[in-house]
Amino acid sequence: MSRPELQAPPELYYGDTEAKKYTNNTRVQQIQADMTYRALELLSLPEDEPALLLDIGCGSGLSGEILDEEGYNWIGVDVAPSMLEVALEREVEGDLFLQDIGQGFGFRPGSFDGAISISVLQWLLNAETSHPTSSPPHRLTRFFTTLHSALRNPSRAIFQFYPTSDDQIQLITSIAQKAGFGGGVVVDYPNSKKARKVYLCLFVGSGGAQQVPKGLDGEEEVGSEKAKFEARRERSGKKTNKKRKGIKDRDWILKKKDLYRKRGKESVPNDSKYTGRKRRAAF
Amino acid sequence: MVRLITHNLLACHAKGCTTNNFPLQFKDVSIELREAEFNADFLKGLLPRIEWKALVDAARQLGDTSLPLEQPEMVDDEFLKNLHHVLLEMHIEEGAMVCPNCSHVYAISNGIPNMLLSEHEIA
Ligand SMILES: C[S@@+](CC[C@H](N)C(=O)[O-])C[C@H]1O[C@@H](n2cnc3c(N)ncnc32)[C@H](O)[C@@H]1O
Ligand SMILES: [Zn+2]
Repeated sequence: MSRPELQAPPELYYGDTEAKKYTNNTRVQQIQADMTYRALELLSLPEDEPALLLDIGCGSGLSGEILDEEGYNWIGVDVAPSMLEVALEREVEGDLFLQDIGQGFGFRPGSFDGAISISVLQWLLNAETSHPTSSPPHRLTRFFTTLHSALRNPSRAIFQFYPTSDDQIQLITSIAQKAGFGGGVVVDYPNSKKARKVYLCLFVGSGGAQQVPKGLDGEEEVGSEKAKFEARRERSGKKTNKKRKGIKDRDWILKKKDLYRKRGKESVPNDSKYTGRKRRAAF
Repeated sequence: MVRLITHNLLACHAKGCTTNNFPLQFKDVSIELREAEFNADFLKGLLPRIEWKALVDAARQLGDTSLPLEQPEMVDDEFLKNLHHVLLEMHIEEGAMVCPNCSHVYAISNGIPNMLLSEHEIA
């Protein structure tokens, strides 16, 4: 089978069935989690400072769940409704947007402390219609320009993706550069057919002083991914779900609403059946 | 799941819509309250990024009058608690956000706003 991005547009490829299949596959979960941890490492945010991140192509939330676990606030965008629906079911913490990143963002300048994108960018390399705004260079330009402005100065955006040629990497980096980004490509385990991973590391600001990190090397055999993933989890030393507290009960919510009403706000929504809906307690 | 933190960062991105395109106006919204963990440092880091008037207006539109019209110079605990509630605990579940400039309607369904543009709206 050819790569997914060659088969159909993303919102069709990731329909209900594929979205569930993708998300429930434990091997996929593991790989996406592992790459998200690596992306966070490359993002190198200041230690122990809270941050607001953008998850580009957040899908069903496999990458976002790691952001939750690490205590980050985040906003996720994706073009596939079925993937977002699964993310809702999994009750990720981030705010979700149905958005085609090739159409660009509307976020105000300097909104985010950083951005990650796991296994998404290759989708932007395929034209979907013959309309001029749908050519890959046009979409990439729109995407990188509006992303650059949405990020704070200084900050980083890290993209794990699956290029199929050096020309593709060339196209993407040159457009990112024109949009104002510095940075470059990091290749982890370049000699391993299975473990090899490509990360585009883009920098905003600080006068080119940011160094492109080194790729990982050495023996990284298939099967050890799990070990690596768990080791990293332990190393990060952070408590799982540290920003999660108990679920506020319905009483608390109704009391709050009552308070609003007493203050004379007619527009307070009526109590819906979802009010105080239980959130998933654990990752 | 549009919270006011998100709403406050969001402008219209339709083609040619570059002025007066913020804040998007809520229309027929229903909200849900959900607790989030309080983090004073996160809020303080966020404050310089917030468009204050837009936040206060949005909060009032949703029935919360806890924030002062002017952003206070002194940030005390009570203020941060209120800010926390407004930014992170009120979730817009249904309704729409409308651009004050071009009137594009971003529908919100199941907490997810539809930001997709039609071909002629793409810059
Ligand atoms: C392999 S999934 C990765 C999802 C998630 N980041 C993860 O790690 O599990 C790729 C995602 O990219 C999304 N995607 C592809 N093209 C996109 C576009 N133009 N705009 C937004 N999302 C897109 C797809 O809908 C899909 O959810
Ligand atoms: Zn507009």
